Amino acid sequence: MVYLTRKAEFAASHYYHNPDFSPEENQRLFGKCNNPNGHGHNYTLEVTVKGEVDSRSGFVVDLKQLKEVMNREVLDAMDHRFLNKEVPEFLTKIPTTENIAIAVWQRLQPKLQQARLHRVRVYETPDLFVDFYGEE
Amino acid sequence: MKAHLTRRYRFSASHRLHSDRMSAEENAATYGKCNNPHGHGHNYTLEVTVSGHVDDQTGMVCNLVDLDHFVGEEVLSHYHIENLNTLKEFAVTVPTTENLCIQIFEIMQRGFSQAHLERVRLEETMMNSFEYTGGQADAMRR
Repeated sequence: MVYLTRKAEFAASHYYHNPDFSPEENQRLFGKCNNPNGHGHNYTLEVTVKGEVDSRSGFVVDLKQLKEVMNREVLDAMDHRFLNKEVPEFLTKIPTTENIAIAVWQRLQPKLQQARLHRVRVYETPDLFVDFYGEE
Repeated sequence: MKAHLTRRYRFSASHRLHSDRMSAEENAATYGKCNNPHGHGHNYTLEVTVSGHVDDQTGMVCNLVDLDHFVGEEVLSHYHIENLNTLKEFAVTVPTTENLCIQIFEIMQRGFSQAHLERVRLEETMMNSFEYTGGQADAMRR
């Protein structure tokens, strides 16, 4: 089994807010991240797929295809966007790093033809990242 | 949905690698330049990985403020700008980064219960890193 990781970057804004909580509770839990005007990050996305190496091509996956799928399914939707207002998943879910990783997995997994998705890693900052392995 | 969250921290400390159970020659052969009696230092990078279900209400595995507070109070304030050899946990145990990894893991496991502790990783330099996932057999150098 060989693992291949492709990186991409996207810039997006978001804020943390749960409409079921009171304003005080939102402030207490989310602090400055609760500002409804949002704040931004340069996110780094790492998509790791796994599979056997094809004996003819020497590939685990066609990188051109993987890049296309990542652009179409994730980056076009999230890059240079205000996540809470423009990405359908985040109209009802808080765009925490955890939920972004899960959303990326759910967008990519059904579209990958050759290799299997192993891990989605999302860096919110260089010092904070979340890994999602598709575990329910 | 279960996710793994990793947070990075930094601290600077000095140490000397030396074992009283070895002769001077054995220490020099085992530890080389790291056996310098005056010690030497590192800017350590610490990664703490926790896991858990993503809370439906908050979208989080655990509250980062709580994690940062615990690591700040119990780990960074204990090790940052210290000489590791002067700390009681390294009075007898050699303060290799393997052993430091284990110490930090045990501090986290004893005191932080908001999420499951998966791994403590330490970068000693840009070239050496160590991970510990709990259990003696799992300590490894990469």
